[in-house]
Amino acid sequence: MRDLLAALGELRERLKEIPQADERRLQDLKTEILGRKAGTLTQILGALPRLDPASKKEVGASANALKREFETAFAARERALKHAAGVVTGLDLTMPGRAAWRAGLHLVTQVVDEICDIFRELGFTRAVGPEVENERYNFFALNFPRDHPALDAQDSFYVGPDLLLRTHTSPVQIRTLERYPPPIRVVIPGQVYRRDPFDASHSPVFQQIEGLAVDEGITFVDFKATLATFARRFFTADTRVRFRPSFFPFTEPSAEMDVQCQICGGVGCPTCKQTGWMEILGSGMVHPAVLDNCGVDSERFTGFAWGMGPERIAMSRHGIPDIRLLFENDVRFLSQFAGGAR
Amino acid sequence: MIVSRRWLEALLNRPLDARDAAERLTLHVAAVDAVIPLHQELGDVRIARVLEVKKHPDADRLSLCLVDAGGANGPVEVVCGAPNVQAGKTYPYAPVGAVLPGGLKLERKKIRGVESNGMLCSAKELGLGADQSGILELDTAAPPGTRFVDAVGLADHQIVIDVAANRPDLLCHKGVARELGASLGAPVKLPVIPGAKALTDRPSVRQSDRGVVDGVEVRLEDPEGAPRYMIAVIRGVRVGSSPAWLAERLTAVGQRPINNVVDATNYILFELNQPLHAFDLAKLRGPAVVVRRARPGEKIVTLDGATRTLTTEMTAICDAERPTIVAGVMGSAESEVSSDTTDLVLECAYFQPTRIRRTRRALGLSSESSYRFERGIDMLGMPDALRRAVELIAAVAGGEIRAPALDLWPEPQQERTIFLRPDRVDTLLGVSIERSEVERLLTSVGFFVAPKDARLAVQVPGWRPDVTREVDLIEEVARLKGYDAFPDELRAYRPGTVPDAPEERARARVRDALASAGLLEARTLPIGSADGPDAVAILNPMSVEEAHLRRRLIPGLIGRVEHNWANRNRDVRLFEVGTVFRRRASAIDEWTSVAGVLTGARRPPHWSDGAKVPDMDIWDLKYHFELAVAAAAPSCDLQPLAGGAVGWEAVERGNGAVLGWAGPLEADAPVWAAPLFGFEVRLTLAERGIITYRPLPPQPPVERDLALLLPPGVSAAQVSDVLRRAAGSLLERLEVFDEYRGSGIPEGYRSVAWHCTFRDPARTLREREVDTVLEQGLKALEGELGVRRRES
Ligand SMILES: [Zn+2]
Repeated sequence: MRDLLAALGELRERLKEIPQADERRLQDLKTEILGRKAGTLTQILGALPRLDPASKKEVGASANALKREFETAFAARERALKHAAGVVTGLDLTMPGRAAWRAGLHLVTQVVDEICDIFRELGFTRAVGPEVENERYNFFALNFPRDHPALDAQDSFYVGPDLLLRTHTSPVQIRTLERYPPPIRVVIPGQVYRRDPFDASHSPVFQQIEGLAVDEGITFVDFKATLATFARRFFTADTRVRFRPSFFPFTEPSAEMDVQCQICGGVGCPTCKQTGWMEILGSGMVHPAVLDNCGVDSERFTGFAWGMGPERIAMSRHGIPDIRLLFENDVRFLSQFAGGAR
Repeated sequence: MIVSRRWLEALLNRPLDARDAAERLTLHVAAVDAVIPLHQELGDVRIARVLEVKKHPDADRLSLCLVDAGGANGPVEVVCGAPNVQAGKTYPYAPVGAVLPGGLKLERKKIRGVESNGMLCSAKELGLGADQSGILELDTAAPPGTRFVDAVGLADHQIVIDVAANRPDLLCHKGVARELGASLGAPVKLPVIPGAKALTDRPSVRQSDRGVVDGVEVRLEDPEGAPRYMIAVIRGVRVGSSPAWLAERLTAVGQRPINNVVDATNYILFELNQPLHAFDLAKLRGPAVVVRRARPGEKIVTLDGATRTLTTEMTAICDAERPTIVAGVMGSAESEVSSDTTDLVLECAYFQPTRIRRTRRALGLSSESSYRFERGIDMLGMPDALRRAVELIAAVAGGEIRAPALDLWPEPQQERTIFLRPDRVDTLLGVSIERSEVERLLTSVGFFVAPKDARLAVQVPGWRPDVTREVDLIEEVARLKGYDAFPDELRAYRPGTVPDAPEERARARVRDALASAGLLEARTLPIGSADGPDAVAILNPMSVEEAHLRRRLIPGLIGRVEHNWANRNRDVRLFEVGTVFRRRASAIDEWTSVAGVLTGARRPPHWSDGAKVPDMDIWDLKYHFELAVAAAAPSCDLQPLAGGAVGWEAVERGNGAVLGWAGPLEADAPVWAAPLFGFEVRLTLAERGIITYRPLPPQPPVERDLALLLPPGVSAAQVSDVLRRAAGSLLERLEVFDEYRGSGIPEGYRSVAWHCTFRDPARTLREREVDTVLEQGLKALEGELGVRRRES
């Protein structure tokens, strides 16, 4: 019995030869080890009945296990050789596969969706409104004074005596506050218009994403927390965020939110004008006059609002130097982002 | 707004680091766009003392100077051509290797046979003025070798602040210094004017619209346009150039020095935000100053030489006869201070912001003054500003003031008082802020705070017209404390009442459907030329080509295909989901439209295909149109266009409204381009039903192929309808798999082959049953449409 176990041990060493064997050598090895009559292992198995029951059990288990190992190894090597043979016979598997056209959503749509999705996780539903607005919704209900410079006709496109193409998505704040009672948590994606000539950094038409939260007990801390959380989810979890004073007629206090420059990581580069920061959105606590204008009790309810430009965010995040590329719709450009912006 | 670091230092009486100041301003006050170091190009220039001056051996006009420039190797010899060089005096010195403004690099060279080690410089050579009559004599105690820019205090920084429209107080150095001082804990104090004598007389306010000052009659006939109006008369000034300190202050903020009087008024403008206007008393008819609305058509030649026509909407400052100043905007060329001027009239006024804005806009003329009046200056700070202006003019241009200034203020105002509830601060800001902290913060920028019951009575200084209600004070507290000082931990919130917008859901559904079908999403500008009589015109377009809103998406997409063709992209499949506009009577309709364009190969070529991949044709178009209609307007059916045109319409079931169209498109195509097709359909917001599961039948199907001869005018749709009706529910599916015309088929006829699948969900069908059903179908086809089975 000792001899048989030793023989099995020697035989096991032969397994190593299999992965290197060519087709011919493989056949020889198979015959030598598993051959129907003279195979080394076949003979050991054949000798089993002559052993005493204890030895029979021990040697039998080892021999059968080894037989399975050899069978698996032979099969694997055969498959590999067959595969290689395919190339030899003319099937070059490095040739290109059959493709479908690259297709997908515009980068700006993807960025808008991504932003809205993050806010959805923070409890915000989407709201929309018309692009042709009147001055009340676009300006006055938002607490713009009657002689505010933004009311200069040269900054807005007018399509009627009191009708203009909205210059921001903020009118939808008013429409939402007029229609629904607090608590309100909405994001407002949409197209807006400014009378700017089309150049590398300006477009007369662009997208904006507005946001509005109004309820009892909403504070400046909630405002900061919500927008900082957004920034860390949209960029990276360790992105630094800062808030600094600004001015908008419809928020008070007003703030601008900057995030650490995504190009240089905050050390300063031409993109961030050496500041290390990128301006992402304008925001603030909803001005009580806006709530009052919509019939919402500004003593009882507070809130915050913000607005950001997905084109600009897309350009800085994806290194696009000219806003016009987003409107040219060259299929080579569109294809770059068609599989997803990340 | 550009401020000078050194100017701020003078107001705060302490050195500042420009970057640190910019950071503090950005975080507490207003964004800083840039910090620009000044005169860095003079960094190589040193202070040098001339020890000895000798004549050049070979040139009368040149001198040979022994110069101590602080070098370790002792004095050096410099050849100098300036007539004013004197031993013992100090001059700017550019050593060999230095680069001067304009890029001149100094080399060691021989001048008339004598080697010169560098150069003593004139003001012009340093880019500091036009004077090249001699080298620049310096009055400095700095040792030789000191950097010139440090010794004379030229090294400065411009801090460029993006001042929001509501903060006029930041349009001057005092205002910026006040904010910086609040952050640094340093008080602001106006620097002493060199050589100034303090005025003792304070003008008293006259609640009147007229008065006389030193023989000049002043009439305020337009108190609405100029609620407060002050005039001082200064006699005996000598107009000339400004002293260096004054010229440097203005140069540092990008202003060109003009003369001592104008520079003094500009200095006050940039120091205190009070625009002033000095004009020549000798040219004033009367002498009188009349503040009134301009008369219709009245003309004035402004300082810039242009003739302006005024309207009654504008305030004019006139003499006894005609306008001399467009109030708050610009003076006339005629009344300007010139080198002959000896007696001055100095105006210090508050002009109504809206009035100035309209005037500026109507005349297309703006100035540093109009910019400030439009935003609102400090009406309460006018006497101090005027007094300082008079002191400054007297110091730099001489002259005296014989009578106290006149202060016409028919309806005097006081500081505004706002009540602040300390608990409201906490409620809005979300953290508890000590009442003493609130008081300290507000006081630091000039608010006067006094407790009143449980509240704080806060007096708003005149330079803060933006602070009008409690919440404005809360913003002051937040920004002075620093927004970054507030925590940003997310807290629980209540869900909102607003349902997710169905429009956005619908748009997303359509986008996904078309992107999954192999199209790329495009985004085009919705502004272009009119493409129909009901296009919405923009009343103030930027150009005639961009004067209308789009009424469909297809023209824009065709333009994008042409752009792709121009870039040699042959295979283009685009779609867009966007807003379109139509004028309807007096109203404007807008809705979301969905459109696509297709041209080029049906799929990317593959090497195994051998022959070229076929180009897309109308059947590719039909498939994509069906897809778009199903996603965008599921209440519509496709119908072929009437009248033989190739294409389809999407027609709403029930009312027959046409909501979409598909067909071949015309475009400016290169010869190698494939045919272009397009579709467009209006997005509807129809409610969509729930899809219910249909059991998967366990019984095997029976399949038959059926080749039919269709006479002219009979459509596949008609054949399907008849077959389905005749065969009943056992006919599960009906698919066209071939069409043939030509030999063996009668003229005008065609053979169309169908693959039919029969199944009974409850039991196994027998062949005989299927034969019977098929017979019924064929009979009906022959009877109703004249369609027969094709004999093979
Ligand atoms: Zn950067």
